[in-house]
Amino acid sequence: MHGPSPAKLLYHFHIVGQDFTIAGEVSSKIRRILQQIGASPDTIRRISVATYEAEMNVVIHADEADVTLEADAGIIRITIADHGPGIPDVEKAKQPGFSTASEEIREMGFGAGMGLPNILRCADDVSIDTVVGEGTRITMEFLNSPEA
Amino acid sequence: MKKVTNSDIIRLGQVVADIDLADAGAAAPGDREVSGVYCSDLLSDVMGGARPGEVWVTVQSHLNVVAVAALKELAAVVICGGRSVDVSILKKASEEGVVILLAKQSAFEVCGRLWELGLRHED
Repeated sequence: MHGPSPAKLLYHFHIVGQDFTIAGEVSSKIRRILQQIGASPDTIRRISVATYEAEMNVVIHADEADVTLEADAGIIRITIADHGPGIPDVEKAKQPGFSTASEEIREMGFGAGMGLPNILRCADDVSIDTVVGEGTRITMEFLNSPEA
Repeated sequence: MKKVTNSDIIRLGQVVADIDLADAGAAAPGDREVSGVYCSDLLSDVMGGARPGEVWVTVQSHLNVVAVAALKELAAVVICGGRSVDVSILKKASEEGVVILLAKQSAFEVCGRLWELGLRHED
């Protein structure tokens, strides 16, 4: 093969909520795909952190989620749409240290209130649409930038 | 003070031998290069702060540790305080190429020994 394909790549995944035994697997699959399509190491690292955090938010808080990975001419977009409790106050959820995770989950080292801050730091653009009692859709965009 | 330079690369096998860690039997430590150390029990803190090639020192010993170590391309996870790890963790770590090391010592002791070897987490 010579060079990247100009065609837009589209993949779908599913995250099961509350199942910690397979938590992180969607992030791992996405990471392998990004390696196969030749995304830069820096981009892969940023996407790995952001998708893992978003995946864990689903596992910790929601019932399930559909994940879409789109890769297109230098932009990689990941959308995670869950059925879950929604986020009552998104600005509060973005603050480092804020978490609604249970004590049990915190003991596993989750719920440090670093999830959304990590996502915001790693992604080039983030949008969050949420409805309390229905669910949350987070869309993260990453420029496939070469190593700085 | 002894510090890591390009001419003084520290290999994982050397770390295991020098501070008396036990290889839990997932991926083999071998001659992976160790770039530094990160110590934390909060997974998101590791996701945000650890760098590729670092050794992660923690007391967490559940399955999700493997996912974090793999995604962050860490050299190894050192599980401290004499904790044991479940077979399911070793199986997953083998699949993902993650090295799991066990320390009888506390995380503090392990970090102190790693510091003495010249390893750092430079900002």
